[in-house]
Amino acid sequence: MIIPESTNVLVVGGGNAAMCAAITAREQGAAVVVLEHAGQEMRGGNSRHTRNLRAAHDQPVFEQTGAYSEDEFWQDLIKVTEGHTNEHLARLMIRESPHLLEWLHARGIRYQSALRGTLSLDRTNAFFLGGGKALLNAEYRTAARLGVQIFYASEVTDLEIDATGFRSATVVREGETHNIQAKAVVIASGGFQANEAWMKEAWGEAADNFIIRGTPFNRGTMLKNLMTKGAEIVGEPKQCHAVAIDARAPKYDGGIASRVDCVCFSIVVNREGRRFYDEGEDFWPKRYAIWGRLVAQQAGQIAYAIIDSKVVEQFMPSMFPEIRADSITALANEIGVDAASLEATVTGFNAAVRPGKYDPRELDGCSTADIQPNKSNWALKLDTPPYYAYPLRPGITFTYLGLKVDENAQVSFGPDRSVDNVFAAGEVMAGNILGQGYCAGTGMTIGTVFGRIAGENAACRRT
Amino acid sequence: MQTDVTETPEESLAEARRTMTICNACRYCEGLCATFQSMSLQRAFSNGDLNYLANLCHNCTACFHGCQYAPPHEFNVNVPRALASLRLESYKEFAWPGFMARLFERNGLVMSLVTAFSLAFVLSLTIVWNEPSALLAVYDKPGAFYQVISHNMMIAVAGGTFGFSVLAIAMGVRRFYRDTCRVPGRTVSIKAFLAAARDAATLKYLKGGHGEGCNSTVDNFSNLRAVFHHFTMWGFLLCFAATCAATVYDYFMGIPAPYAYSSVPVVLGSLGGIGLLIGPVGLFVLKIWSDPRPANITQFGMDYAFIVLLFLISLTGILLLVLRETSAMALILIVHLGFVLALFVTLPYSKFVHSVYRVASLLRFEVEKAE
Repeated sequence: MIIPESTNVLVVGGGNAAMCAAITAREQGAAVVVLEHAGQEMRGGNSRHTRNLRAAHDQPVFEQTGAYSEDEFWQDLIKVTEGHTNEHLARLMIRESPHLLEWLHARGIRYQSALRGTLSLDRTNAFFLGGGKALLNAEYRTAARLGVQIFYASEVTDLEIDATGFRSATVVREGETHNIQAKAVVIASGGFQANEAWMKEAWGEAADNFIIRGTPFNRGTMLKNLMTKGAEIVGEPKQCHAVAIDARAPKYDGGIASRVDCVCFSIVVNREGRRFYDEGEDFWPKRYAIWGRLVAQQAGQIAYAIIDSKVVEQFMPSMFPEIRADSITALANEIGVDAASLEATVTGFNAAVRPGKYDPRELDGCSTADIQPNKSNWALKLDTPPYYAYPLRPGITFTYLGLKVDENAQVSFGPDRSVDNVFAAGEVMAGNILGQGYCAGTGMTIGTVFGRIAGENAACRRT
Repeated sequence: MQTDVTETPEESLAEARRTMTICNACRYCEGLCATFQSMSLQRAFSNGDLNYLANLCHNCTACFHGCQYAPPHEFNVNVPRALASLRLESYKEFAWPGFMARLFERNGLVMSLVTAFSLAFVLSLTIVWNEPSALLAVYDKPGAFYQVISHNMMIAVAGGTFGFSVLAIAMGVRRFYRDTCRVPGRTVSIKAFLAAARDAATLKYLKGGHGEGCNSTVDNFSNLRAVFHHFTMWGFLLCFAATCAATVYDYFMGIPAPYAYSSVPVVLGSLGGIGLLIGPVGLFVLKIWSDPRPANITQFGMDYAFIVLLFLISLTGILLLVLRETSAMALILIVHLGFVLALFVTLPYSKFVHSVYRVASLLRFEVEKAE
């Protein structure tokens, strides 16, 4: 198949947001071309690593239990972003979210009950049967059936935008450069976290120690291209979804399996052997997304979660073996932390642990007193060898710096330009809603809602 | 990626363990089937656990096509292939008597040779016991089959081989169930037994987790494999029922074969025979067309040999029914019995054993789930 010279709607990217836009535009009757940078086997951007989306609902629907009101969704979003959100767009997303499950189901996506260890997410989130790649397979199957033209290993390198709008895109495929014209373009090509130079610009040398949890293809090429062409930008370059993950994960694409779930039952020390944050502040699913940033602030961007044998079976198993030793000193030597310093930290911590009734299933109030920082829950003495350590590094999911859009998912070029045929969906515009923080499953909600809006509006531009 | 080198048992175990360890940290496939649900109850995997999980897997490949870590990802997770490879090793490990395990190596060749020898054996027997002209005679009296091969001879050979095979399979599955049980001495409730029987009878886990079937290509599902497997499985069971009914006719009612078209053995056998004509052909074609990536190519010889043998037994059985009053009867009977003998002899050392280990695994799953 050869990339055509022109089409109605051009979709840049191949993840969930891109496919939702492509399917919607095609269902409106537009001719649609999807250009995915990755090859077929690694297609789908970060959506490949997802597993659920957050959706409001009045009553149990599919595998979602109970009810989750639009207001509760809004409150959850306010809490994590601390108000750093565009309320108009956020409320639009929440309002649209109840329709997503049925819409996706009609296009082949199936659901499963919440996985074990996900802490009641089954009420707020719908889990895809088989995970994000199974979702993508269904979307690609539906798109192909509808007649969307999909090109893999096709990188868009430049967009031609004149005074009145988008005209064409430059595509590199198998070493050949093509030009494709379209009446409208949907940018759904993700953030820039896999662009090492850009990350370094934002974070300095620390970025060298970051692990990118998802696709290596999200290099922000379109984001930068549109920035230089006058598109308005939202968010800060340092804002992102950052998780503490196992330091032994590969540089890219480690996904969920690189998780370390023992932090709240552990003490976490930095390279100097000192604790730096309350490990037991809340349940891990509510705290994992702040720990990436915390580890990023430590020297060498490394930390170690240390547990003893009492709690070794109380969290999700890891794909990596635990580092094990029979004494704190030996463990310190194993992980390359100063033994005297770690000994002092553990001794101080143990002395500060107050008696209480330990219960990993609830906020048990087992805490420390008079120590900096205190641990609020699940504080147990480290006194039962063998001891175990998991090394932690910041794992970046996606960056929040993004294209500013309106309720039509239309990219804003400021009041002086009448560009009305550039749309954006997914992580490349998630920063409109996520100024900071993260609420599990929101990324897929943003992608699906704004993908559909972008596809619908882009299809209208064809005449 | 796909290798053509046969793995050692240790390599199969190590790869299954590595794969399950990654899967257990991910768990996105938990809703797909019993294998992942059972996996997530454990933190570490003994050899027994892995053998059990390998036999619990129905090889629908949904987890491969939905896997974020499937090749070319560097984690190279390929659950169906890893478990298929170990499954074959488990057939060897639990074979009884132990030295017969070698028959699972190059099983396609073994099956072909045994079939050839069985045909030669039945033919020789017939010639030794009869006038050569008997092979082309027309028989129209009751007990016609036994004029070609004596009743006692048929019972001795068939009963002897089948009896030994049942014993060998029973010994194997007994040891499999004990070896793979983490907590020995668990009682099997009737409820668990019925649930396992139901899941086996409906092929619950051969439907991709969503009921839409196995992946026929990357993005498409089809229930054809389950359908053809149903034809094969029920065809086999109906033929077995026909044999049992014939035994009752012979021993308890004193009516010798061949039986009337409307008799219970012929009706059951004909229905089963039709199943075994359709099912194996469908499975054969689907296997040729299947995506090689999640498959364990080295065991295809075993798979093909078994379904081809079933097809040939059925084909000759139906020909025998149609032509039993002609001069072709004796020869067709000899060929049919040759194929049946090959099946009886190889039963514990062929693809057939997947069914008993699968049912045993489903049973263990239900017992575990009830706790």
